[in-house]
Amino acid sequence: MKSITRQKPLEEIERQLEGMDRIYLVGCGTCATMTKTGGREEVLNMKEHLQGLGKMVTGWTVIPIACDEMTDVSLKESNGAISNAHCVMVMSCALGVHRLAGYINKPVIPAVDTLFIGLEEDPGSFHEVCAQCGHCVLGFTGGICPVTTCHKHLLNGPCGGTNDGKCEIDRTKNCAWTLIYERLKTQGRLDVMRKYQPPRNSHVIPRPRMTKIS
Amino acid sequence: MTGQSFKEVLNSGKFVVTSEIGPPKGTNIEKMCHHIDILKDKVDAINVTDHQSSVMRFPSIGGCLHVKEQGGEPILQMTCRDRNQMALQGELLLAYTRGIRNVLCLTGDSIVVGDHKQAADVFEFDSVQLLRAVHHMESGKDLGGNDLDGAVKFCAGAIVTPEAHPLEPQLIKFEKKVEAGAEFFQTQAVYDLDNFSKFMKHARQFRVKVLAGIVLLVSARMAKYMNENVPGIFVPKNLIDELASVPKGGALNKGIEIAGRMIAELKNSSVCDGVHIMAIGKEEVVPDILAAAGLSVDNTTHVPGSGGR
Repeated sequence: MKSITRQKPLEEIERQLEGMDRIYLVGCGTCATMTKTGGREEVLNMKEHLQGLGKMVTGWTVIPIACDEMTDVSLKESNGAISNAHCVMVMSCALGVHRLAGYINKPVIPAVDTLFIGLEEDPGSFHEVCAQCGHCVLGFTGGICPVTTCHKHLLNGPCGGTNDGKCEIDRTKNCAWTLIYERLKTQGRLDVMRKYQPPRNSHVIPRPRMTKIS
Repeated sequence: MTGQSFKEVLNSGKFVVTSEIGPPKGTNIEKMCHHIDILKDKVDAINVTDHQSSVMRFPSIGGCLHVKEQGGEPILQMTCRDRNQMALQGELLLAYTRGIRNVLCLTGDSIVVGDHKQAADVFEFDSVQLLRAVHHMESGKDLGGNDLDGAVKFCAGAIVTPEAHPLEPQLIKFEKKVEAGAEFFQTQAVYDLDNFSKFMKHARQFRVKVLAGIVLLVSARMAKYMNENVPGIFVPKNLIDELASVPKGGALNKGIEIAGRMIAELKNSSVCDGVHIMAIGKEEVVPDILAAAGLSVDNTTHVPGSGGR
């Protein structure tokens, strides 16, 4: 499982930094390093870019797992450089941003957008396969999630926009229901596809979701 | 309004003709009302599209009210793209109280193909679930299980794409729509009548009425464009050549001739129960298409000036 992120446009990053000239930079050694959005190299590139804008970078670090509670310890080591800064810019997914925002009493600025939880299918190629909807339907869809893979989240078969196994919105995207149909057919289970599926519960757990392991 | 309800027409055994109008982008309803006037006595019912192709417009229910006011029989197109179950139900209640008795249940186009590409989409329901929801409300209950103070009653329809590739998943969905209570189907455009006959052989196993989709071709270029860009539409080469063979300015008349010829063939072979004519902006030529098909005003139910029955 990887939290997939994409760097924000530089213009948006600069807009967030208006009025703040001293910045401490934080990357993440896990997902953001793998996706090349917040690893050591990207943090150093950002440092250079910010300095080019006339900003001062008071320090930087790449925390092993930014979303982990150990982040608190990592930050304490950089206490001086952080207290010198107007803000902390975070190049990790939003979980890391949240973790830092809870520990630091300073503005925490995200440098990346968190897009989805991805599965690495080929090296460097991440695919969204689960939307974490809270109501898993994989049992009747041949292990392919239509809630995620079909952009209309259809539960009862393909729409009319399917074309030779591709989706009308993007010819590089597979039609979820063609994939499901082919897999169920191979398994001799098309009867599963013929079964009516009722609408999903949109509030399996009302947001924000939370669970406590006893 | 004269004559029978659309449901009665469907079950009368006559060759059914429907067409459709697109509401305006803006408050100038003159053209829409003009199209309604042209069509209301020529066809058995008029579909009103629902932000078709995800382009924001005057709403389908508003168009249906105009069809009613002007004496036509409307089919409310309702998609799941922009409405959650609260909005779907509320609109069905409104439609029923205003005499709208036909609803075409659609999933809806993708937001990103339209003109509000950053808008939120809903898709809480799909077309099969919407069909079931309509019938559920007919039982006097809402989807939350509460009593309705006055139930609805609709003739519910759906669509199917006979030229889809692969076809079998579409056929499975077609059957699910039948099971969900669809009484009629209006198909995506069909041009290859042999292919369509094969589809109908399958569809004839079920007790539903099928109206073949006829999209007016206005040029060879349009036909090629649809082949390349519109999923589930296939215009055979001989039709494209036929359109290309006419002198400049003659393609529209050729398109009318082709549509008329196809309708006549479908009617004479009794392969399906009727046609749904989509003229896409050229609604004023629908009467010409009907004339080319040999279908006169007498073939429709809404005979002007015949009074109520």
